[in-house]
Amino acid sequence: MQRHILSHKNHIALISGVLIAIAFITEWTTENMQIVIGALIIASVLGTLPILIQAYQALRVKVVSIDVLVSIAVIGAFLIQDYEESAVVTFLFLFGAYLEQRTLNKTRLAIKELTEMAPESALKQMENGEFEEVEVDEVDEGDILLVKTGAKVPVDGTVLTGEGSINEASITGESIPVGKEKGSNVFAGTILDNGTIQIVADRVGEDTTFGKIIELVEEAQDSKSEAERFIDRFSKWYTPAVLVIAFIVWVISKDIELAITILVLGCPGALVIGVPVSNVSGIGNGASHGVLLKGSEVISDFSRLDTMVFDKTGTLTVGNPTVAETEYYGDNSDEVLGYLASVERESDHPLAKAVLENIGETTFSTVENTEVVKGGGIVAGVNGHRIAVGNVALMERENVKINDKAKADIERFEKNGNSLVITSVDGELKVLMGVRDQIRPGVKEDLQKLRKLGVKNLVMLSGDNQGTVDLVSRELGLNEAHGNMLPEDKQAYIKRLIEEEGQIVAFVGDGVNDSPSLALANIGIAMGSGTDVAIETSDVVLMNSDFSRLPHALGLTKATARNMKQNIIIAVGVVLVLLVSVLFSEWMNMSIGMLVHEASILVVILNGMRLLKYKLK
Amino acid sequence: MKSATIQLETLTCPSCMLKIEGAVNNLEGIDKETVKVSFNSSKVKLDFDEEKLSIDDIEGAISKMGYDVIKSKVK
Repeated sequence: MQRHILSHKNHIALISGVLIAIAFITEWTTENMQIVIGALIIASVLGTLPILIQAYQALRVKVVSIDVLVSIAVIGAFLIQDYEESAVVTFLFLFGAYLEQRTLNKTRLAIKELTEMAPESALKQMENGEFEEVEVDEVDEGDILLVKTGAKVPVDGTVLTGEGSINEASITGESIPVGKEKGSNVFAGTILDNGTIQIVADRVGEDTTFGKIIELVEEAQDSKSEAERFIDRFSKWYTPAVLVIAFIVWVISKDIELAITILVLGCPGALVIGVPVSNVSGIGNGASHGVLLKGSEVISDFSRLDTMVFDKTGTLTVGNPTVAETEYYGDNSDEVLGYLASVERESDHPLAKAVLENIGETTFSTVENTEVVKGGGIVAGVNGHRIAVGNVALMERENVKINDKAKADIERFEKNGNSLVITSVDGELKVLMGVRDQIRPGVKEDLQKLRKLGVKNLVMLSGDNQGTVDLVSRELGLNEAHGNMLPEDKQAYIKRLIEEEGQIVAFVGDGVNDSPSLALANIGIAMGSGTDVAIETSDVVLMNSDFSRLPHALGLTKATARNMKQNIIIAVGVVLVLLVSVLFSEWMNMSIGMLVHEASILVVILNGMRLLKYKLK
Repeated sequence: MKSATIQLETLTCPSCMLKIEGAVNNLEGIDKETVKVSFNSSKVKLDFDEEKLSIDDIEGAISKMGYDVIKSKVK
């Protein structure tokens, strides 16, 4: 019965609205007071039922909710035979709740669209070898699944047989199809555009990349800032306090009407809902523009940003460097290139890739005793020779003699913006390579937009040599640029900005080698292309490593922070105005109080909804 | 101890959260520290002792408050 009434709340609101309309029309036309009062009484009783049930349920678990305040107020109005007030107040309360639900659903739409992209079923290989459709929850790691053209990949897995092309837009935001063949990794939530593949499940459900993104966004929209926690604590005591105040007013003034009016006016609706609404709209907008914002604390910090620190390689530059210049010293250069290629083959450093690409076909030899020198390079043994590949610091450590010509070459290479890859064999300098990286297209404009949005300092930190760093910095118009920095140097630099200069600092990096800096900065921004580390260690993730999302992200957090403040001001302002009016004006009564109260809730929701449409100008 | 994620119909009032929290906390066998009601995603997450009560008991307590349970997952 209770549930039946609650599930028809909206119909009840409609019926009581019609009854109130009948009552008013009758009053103006026929003045048949019996019909008027009858209609109002029915509307009151009908409308009070669901509110009363909700109030009772709340009281049973020791919560004094708004429903309790409204129920007492309505019953009070009923007892003093003010049926007009009791009918109108219940109607407005129910109708307001209906409108709240409608508009709130809109603010949550962006995130709902994201979660609805989650796969629901899978074709799983059963014991008899046949594939059968099962719910995605029934898939375990190690299961073999069939994915047909047009279907969603149900889990993160590896292709066993077949090939096809997959649209990975749900993970990377990039809708260009990616070719997949035996051994390729595929991700849950992506769509097989053509072909048929069989995959083995590596990660299922919430452990998949897509599952993690959804969980992050869901947690973010419900995470609370300090201000919100305060409001929560406040409203826990606020509602009972209103009850007590109304009771005291009644005892002192013996004015029941004033007491129940206070009950209605004291409802805290807009205050409690205002901030979460801004939050969910802002995060929803981000989610549909390739920006994952992890919660309202992040929004508040990000919006007050002073300094933005960038990693160079892969962030400001394309991260796909190529060998631009080469100098050889001494003979046997073919042999040396073979050694160099053999050593570099062991490394996943971006410079190593460029070197390998440049050398191309060569004879590879076995590499032994590989030692990675942090911030220097690699030392290894090949065919009985000691090969060192790295920067000037490594050569010094290896006591490699650098003659005057080589010194001049190094200087020239650095001035041209190259990173150096120096190779020595048994302590003798052999090859000098200059590797250059290109600046990402559009980065310069994006940085200007960030400046316009109020970022005071743009800083670049890089492990690269100062020459390269200066060149990129001049090109982009940065405030500061520091080269030759190890991960711990970057960390120390950020620490100094935060602790000694009291700045709010964001660090933008690719999330793997820069994870200490990402964690230390007030806001860690990862250029993620769907990798777990980047998503987990950072506060903000730019999907598909798209740098151009950054100005949008900053503008959005600023707009969201402003929006929250507006909503708090609206909510507090309305309560103040109502309280003053009830004490000092003639026109304030329960119905108007309820109308203003419900209107203020709708105003904050609508204000929050503006964020869904936010676009950087 | 098992952990449950319960998806509810859309929550619209922040005081619903207090009510649901209260209803769940009244049950015997719930780890009160873990109870988390999320307003925007309309989800309840909690750990419970499967020897003292079942997921059906928890769902029952929530739907008795007037909130429909859409689905729940126990791990």
